[in-house]
Amino acid sequence: MTEYGLPSSIDSLQELLDRELYVADRGLATSIYLALRLGRPLLLEGEAGVGKTEVAKVLASGLNTELIRLQCYEGLDVNHAVYEWNYTRQLLDIRLRESDNSADRSNLTTDLFSQDFLIKRPLLRALEAPGGRPPVLLIDELDRADEEFEGYLLELLSDYQITIPELGTISAVTPPIVVITSNRTRELHDALKRRCLYWWIGYPSFEKEHRIIREKIPEAPTRLAEQVTRFVQKLRTAELYKVSGISETLDWMAALVALDRQELDVETINETLGLILKTQEDLAAIGGQQAQTLFEQSQMPSESVQ
Amino acid sequence: MSTPDDLSQSRYSPVADSGHLLPNLILFGRLLRDIGLNVPAGAMLEAVIALDHIDIGHQQDFYHTLQTLLIHRTQDLSPFDEAFRMFWRIPRNTRSPQKGLAPPKGPPQTQGNTPSGQISGYPADTSTEPTLQGDPTTTLSYSTRRVSRTKDFATFSDAEMAEARDMMAALKWTLGMRLTRRWQTGRGTAIDLRRVVRPNLKFGAELITLPRRRRRWRMRPLVLLCDVSGSMERYSRMLLHFIHTLARGFEQAETFLFSTSLTRVTRQLAKRAVDDVVPTLPRHVTEWSGGTRIGEALKRFNVDWARRIMGHAPVVLLISDGWDRGDPAKLAAEMAHLQRRCYRLIWLNPLLGSPRYRPLTRGMQAALPWIDDFLPVHNLASLEALAAHLNDLPPQRTWRRQQGLQAMPRFTATPTQLPH
Repeated sequence: MTEYGLPSSIDSLQELLDRELYVADRGLATSIYLALRLGRPLLLEGEAGVGKTEVAKVLASGLNTELIRLQCYEGLDVNHAVYEWNYTRQLLDIRLRESDNSADRSNLTTDLFSQDFLIKRPLLRALEAPGGRPPVLLIDELDRADEEFEGYLLELLSDYQITIPELGTISAVTPPIVVITSNRTRELHDALKRRCLYWWIGYPSFEKEHRIIREKIPEAPTRLAEQVTRFVQKLRTAELYKVSGISETLDWMAALVALDRQELDVETINETLGLILKTQEDLAAIGGQQAQTLFEQSQMPSESVQ
Repeated sequence: MSTPDDLSQSRYSPVADSGHLLPNLILFGRLLRDIGLNVPAGAMLEAVIALDHIDIGHQQDFYHTLQTLLIHRTQDLSPFDEAFRMFWRIPRNTRSPQKGLAPPKGPPQTQGNTPSGQISGYPADTSTEPTLQGDPTTTLSYSTRRVSRTKDFATFSDAEMAEARDMMAALKWTLGMRLTRRWQTGRGTAIDLRRVVRPNLKFGAELITLPRRRRRWRMRPLVLLCDVSGSMERYSRMLLHFIHTLARGFEQAETFLFSTSLTRVTRQLAKRAVDDVVPTLPRHVTEWSGGTRIGEALKRFNVDWARRIMGHAPVVLLISDGWDRGDPAKLAAEMAHLQRRCYRLIWLNPLLGSPRYRPLTRGMQAALPWIDDFLPVHNLASLEALAAHLNDLPPQRTWRRQQGLQAMPRFTATPTQLPH
């Protein structure tokens, strides 16, 4: 372990992830490790439900530090991401001073725009975290925010500092561990990418997905887990508008366990298909006969070795 | 500096007398605006101030000062350069001798009455620089127009095509606006509470001024899907110019060509001229032959691209004659899928220009229920109508039919077709 208790090697990071039940490829582990060591933000892209957000969560709990999350959305601005003045309190304060005639009103401005009236939003909180352990700052689904906000992030991510006109520049004591995720519904700006380490999380292989199911839902019957994995893997090769991610697989698995199924069959698949396919067109295409074909193909022995 | 030659009658001739720099500067600014560059009055003012700080006898400094203050887009650089050279009479080889360009030979031909968009002596062909935002008039080139507005694209000669290209670029292309979730200060109904405290401090505790805020509007993104199959060949060259003009005019535009397959050409089109673009495209895209499977191409678009580029409710222009060799049911399903993800789905059909044309092909029949606008694109008049239509897009979506389950076809799962 190095300073702040960060893992000292890729292997020890992988152990940390294993302890947190997160199954990571060596490549992903390397990226995370380098991001930690170099103090650079980590940009994770990938389809929905492949475990991008989870990386930040397991890092926070594995490193035993605070997770500060900023969920991005269209219209997200500095006032919701960085700081805001508590204007209702400011107005109240003015009233109070007025009723109390003795109060000195000469330095009203400096009083009203001070730390007392500052509401700290996630980005500012991440910078102001007390020294010692750096928090994990998760900037989730950055592709949802406007490009203007991306531009704002550049200053933060390169210098780990924020300027508030009334208070001055606030620099991080210990720079946070920054994890940025994107679903790639639009291309992020090159200037932002340049500041980050980049990793694309793809759909998992059979072995990886099987292992994830076994780790996350240990009560699942062995045979069922294998059948489900095979079927989902097969399903991803079909022509679909929205291919299901690992989170859907886990949901489905949990549902099958709740239904007390020991084995997968076509009837069950058709009944529970809504848990893995969330597009009406996809459901129509895969339901019924096609599900049977896919199921049979997926369980063929030749497919077992990937 | 040379003495004023026969350009002296032109309204753009600088006054050749020392001490007349200011009128000349203003005249130069007007010239820049007339050739379609956006030169705000403030920038001109700054330029005047800035000239106090440099040695205006130094030609290079003078040029760079004006350039840095008046030009804000790279595509404006070469028109500016040309205008500067013409206006201030600098022989070409003094500034770029390495290019070996000859100084202008003899006096440029002058027309007696220069049309208001044309500058005598200034090359009229600004075709590589579509003045989309620059010039609000749509009548720019018509005074010198030789090509008929109602002549079918299929019968265009090369010269006519070049001229039509300029006219196309002179049209004002805008799309409907989209109300974003982002706020900006300005007159609006909502009170901007954040900014209430500070301006009212000087009034003690009374809230006298109430700053307002409003939502911001942005132009919608554009997605172009153009059919380049054999049946479209007669129109393809003109349409390429058309999509090139459109794609370069918008901040957010994505362009795809399709015949039997779908190819994204957005990046290629960012290059300068269409003629430079075409050779860089993959061969199978530009051979302009073979049948088209519109349904299959749209499917590729829907599956591979739609999630990435259909983010902010774009306007989709689909250019095709509707001769589809694929499965009509599949085409209908993909059209429905596409329509639900865009703000407006506009099908442009070159055949629609003919009064005898009826959209009876199986493909067209299958697609029609899912189209918001079905418009012709066969001559310049139709492009003008399209530009006018796009300018007037309402902020609301059109009414659309609900999609029945039974209308959905079944895909066949064929793993080999997958890109991953």
